[in-house]
Amino acid sequence: MATVHFTPHLKRYFPELRSCEIESASVAELVKALDLRHAGLASYLVDDRGRLRQHVVIYVDKVAVFDRATLSDALRSNSVVHVFQALSGG
Amino acid sequence: MTQRGDSLLLGTRKGLLWYERRNGRYELARVAHEGNPIAYAAVDPRDGACWACIDHGHWGQKLSRSRDRGETWEELPAPKYPDGAEVVDGFPGMGERKRIPAVLRYLWVFQPGGADQPGRVYLGTEPGGLFVSDDSGASWTLCEGLWNHPSRMEFWSGGGRDLAGIHSIVVDPRNSKRVLIAVSSAGVFETVDDGRTWQSRTKGLRNDYAPEPHGEFGHDPHFVTLCPAEPDRLWMQNHFGIFTSADGARSWIDVSQKDGPARFGFPIAVDEHDPRSAWVVPGESDQKRLAHKRVLCVARTQDAGASWQTLTRGLPSGASFDIVLRHALDLAGDTLCFASTTGNAFVSADRGESWSCLSNHLPPVYSVRFA
Repeated sequence: MATVHFTPHLKRYFPELRSCEIESASVAELVKALDLRHAGLASYLVDDRGRLRQHVVIYVDKVAVFDRATLSDALRSNSVVHVFQALSGG
Repeated sequence: MTQRGDSLLLGTRKGLLWYERRNGRYELARVAHEGNPIAYAAVDPRDGACWACIDHGHWGQKLSRSRDRGETWEELPAPKYPDGAEVVDGFPGMGERKRIPAVLRYLWVFQPGGADQPGRVYLGTEPGGLFVSDDSGASWTLCEGLWNHPSRMEFWSGGGRDLAGIHSIVVDPRNSKRVLIAVSSAGVFETVDDGRTWQSRTKGLRNDYAPEPHGEFGHDPHFVTLCPAEPDRLWMQNHFGIFTSADGARSWIDVSQKDGPARFGFPIAVDEHDPRSAWVVPGESDQKRLAHKRVLCVARTQDAGASWQTLTRGLPSGASFDIVLRHALDLAGDTLCFASTTGNAFVSADRGESWSCLSNHLPPVYSVRFA
């Protein structure tokens, strides 16, 4: 089971969001599973084509996802995943 | 009993500002989506629902709706471009243009369908897709008739946004199957069969920066609107002037002032009953996007553009660098409001003769719509 942690900014739109454990073989599967638990969450992380949004970063075991186009990066059974976004602007 | 004009919605970089008219003055009643950029917000007059297009910098384009005058909101699914949809980057004449996947980049404008089309709503988007819903936004369909128009891949390009975008959608109040849209940059298109086929409507427009200024495509209409009481009268603020049509967009004539301020700008408003009366907020030029001669003014015609009056009473007399974006001017009866990217907003209750300041401390304003 991968353990997933989220930026607190997402809680504004998904108040029920908490760190959780999910069984997934890849980051793409993880995003789909998260969307089942929190309807619409995937659209915050990926675009129409399933690509990671420009200012969103997902770390797997402290390493940023390499395949931002299809999220094929594999997850281990004990992976720790962090979902972040880059805040900027004024 | 409320009437149109009792509410005023400002879509700003920092949220949706909802004003209510009390004793003839607009007061800020609430701020929705605080801190988030609102590209466009308007109320559907058919059912009173407010729709907001949210431009999250990080989380993508979101669509939100309120059925209780902005107190509570529900997020609706934003439209998605279908698998395989493509757009071209760059500009016509630049050689082979790169094809890239079409993904939703911006929700530029929302438009309710006709009074006889409950549930029909439209979204104009970048990169150039017109999305249609017949279930009040529960699901969206890309208008294939327009998307497959033979001009799109060859002649459409960015303007206002990096890629082509639809910012104006006009539904004929006499015939809901007749819809006109404006694309920056491409031109104006009309359907009379509910979106199945589209015809270019750019005859008479001029595009001074193009090798063929009078070509059929490549025009940059900044905003297009019509007179509800006389729908064949349309008005356009264009990159190269102010144009009007008296024949339902089959031909346009340039009614810009040659030496006056009514020439360059983004928004245009037309009287709801008098098709000959229209208002613009002039900018200096496309190279200098600030108030005309650094003096904030409104220009009004009452004779279909034959002459223009410059209206300044109540507007600041000092140097002004304001520019008013294409959706940031609106009219309800005799009341007008405009707001600028500099965060200034002004209201007139007498058709623009005099103005009062609504605020000088707003975020950049993207849309102004009465409800």
